[in-house]
Amino acid sequence: MRIPLSYVIKRIGFLVAVLFTAATINFIIPKLAPRDPVTELINQKIASGGLTSEGAAEFGDSLRKLYGLDRPLWQQYLTYIWNMMRFDLGYSIVNYPQRVSFIINQTVYWTLGFVLTSTLLAFVIGTVVGALVGWSKTSKWLSWLMPPLAMFSAVPAFILALLLIYFLAFKAKAFPLRGGFSATIVVNWKDPKFLLDVVHHALLPGLSMLLVSVGGWSLGMRAMMVTVEGADYMTFADAKGLKGPRLFFRYALRNTLLPQITALAMQLGLIVSGATLVETMFSYPGIGNRLGGAIRALDYPVIYGIVFFMVVGIAVATLLVDLMYPLLDPRISYSGG
Amino acid sequence: MSEPILQVKNLKVYYYVEAGAVKAVDDVTFDLDDGTKMGLVGESGSGKSTMAQALMRMIKPPGKIEGGEMILDGVDLVKLSTEQMRQTKLRKLAMIPQGAMNALNPVMRIDHQLVDGMLDHGVTLSKQEREERVARLLEMVDLAPKVAKMYPHELSGGMQQRVTVAQSISMEPDLIIADEPTSALDVVIQRQVMETINNLQERLGLSLILIGHDMGLMAQTVSRLAVMYAGRMMEIGATYDMFRDPLHPYTQLLISSLPVLANKGVFAGIPGITPSLLNPPEGCVFHTRCPKAWDLCSQSTPKFTEAQPGRWVACHLHTA
Repeated sequence: MRIPLSYVIKRIGFLVAVLFTAATINFIIPKLAPRDPVTELINQKIASGGLTSEGAAEFGDSLRKLYGLDRPLWQQYLTYIWNMMRFDLGYSIVNYPQRVSFIINQTVYWTLGFVLTSTLLAFVIGTVVGALVGWSKTSKWLSWLMPPLAMFSAVPAFILALLLIYFLAFKAKAFPLRGGFSATIVVNWKDPKFLLDVVHHALLPGLSMLLVSVGGWSLGMRAMMVTVEGADYMTFADAKGLKGPRLFFRYALRNTLLPQITALAMQLGLIVSGATLVETMFSYPGIGNRLGGAIRALDYPVIYGIVFFMVVGIAVATLLVDLMYPLLDPRISYSGG
Repeated sequence: MSEPILQVKNLKVYYYVEAGAVKAVDDVTFDLDDGTKMGLVGESGSGKSTMAQALMRMIKPPGKIEGGEMILDGVDLVKLSTEQMRQTKLRKLAMIPQGAMNALNPVMRIDHQLVDGMLDHGVTLSKQEREERVARLLEMVDLAPKVAKMYPHELSGGMQQRVTVAQSISMEPDLIIADEPTSALDVVIQRQVMETINNLQERLGLSLILIGHDMGLMAQTVSRLAVMYAGRMMEIGATYDMFRDPLHPYTQLLISSLPVLANKGVFAGIPGITPSLLNPPEGCVFHTRCPKAWDLCSQSTPKFTEAQPGRWVACHLHTA
């Protein structure tokens, strides 16, 4: 094993520090904002007729008490950090008494389902296409794939989503316009008909994510492949009369994968946040769409909760990449101490 | 006299660039007897490395073998299919690369790199045979057995070059082409690696083409010497004869540019630079820098002829 335990411990300590810092910034920023969620909520309630102005002050006080907003800042901070350590993200203001952790739990799997699938598919397809296009011994017609892929990678995912919705869902009616499943179907995860319906709904948002990222993966891979093919060890391997597949997989591909895997891990960290706009386009019941809704409704606890959740995702992904490096590249090793 | 192991006849390698054809190797002819060591010297850009690539059929576009024959043990390499050539490499013809520091796959252990060439040439090895073969190859190039489980970055430059040598002899080829095998190493290691190559050549009865521009190294190592200039062969002969009595003015200049211990003072270089291979001078390619050039030299190209037995030269002084 090339990863000493002391390094792992140090690295996990670093992770904790990152999370602590993120949580602190998460706490401070809204305190700097001139808006007060409680006042805004009360005004909203009054405007919609759910509350009269007489009881408003008392209602506000009880809300502040409930959220601990009446206590001194340092006490609020300590309580907040203590809560974060227990992953207690508090209650939604708008959808009281839903817990933020409940909201995340309710939405995250929808997002993971289609974004994870499309990200991994895009990575595999993009890497294979890029590798083949970059490899000088593959036929030249493959390079015709590059211009359309490059074009798709230049288009933002939500614009592509709009086009897909218009042509495939609205005009051709081949796919549902919105949502994660049909309104008329009974939610039952054991029913294959329901599962099929879910997949049908996930195809378009997944496709828009996929098309946009495949280009990036293949462009990066092609460049790496061309660089590696010019390396001295490729020339010598060729002089050894190795078979084509061995040259391609064990010599070329194996050496190009390190930067690709790094990028993939970083991408995986961004999974939760990366699809926010696409989910909004499709009114998909995922975490990104929920975050958008929370921002519009000024539901601070939900915003903090989801953002903190994303930070955890990125931090853990980075940690995994760091620990994976020595296994992928023998030249990288972490000395202890 | 045995049949030569390698016969190169009128070999032409041209690179097609926008401005025209760059004649990197032009009309080169030579024989190499079985079991001998031949040196191939010349300035940078003289075509000696292109020669090596051509023999391995590894000329990359826009370069092309434009004509000629390369007959190795009765088989014309120019006519082989890509797959036939792949099978010929390592089994009959192997290369020792130039930049040892980068010639090994950085993510593969040495033992895997030592045997993968054999595996791709139809050798089947059990796990135990594999280990034995790796151990024997490492021993042949004076490396410790523990190197087998190491990665290239854990080895020094000299050790890495020994590993490439071990790979190139792994299937006991007829001919090894060593393209400046020691140019990236310091002089002490250079000598040790060269000794290893020499010992193996004698032990296995290989033929060797050693490419370089170190005339001193050549004098110590090879029995025959070939001098190239601007893509053309200038002179070939036994090393001893070449140093004692160089026929071609270019060879004379090369040898007189060597520092001699007894002769302190300013060394004579060769004035001028190598001509453009795109528009080589009319007549003899060397006449622009040749101290002995006369009218004929700028008018007609001298033929490469056998001036003395086993001694070939392309110069009007010796053919006229």
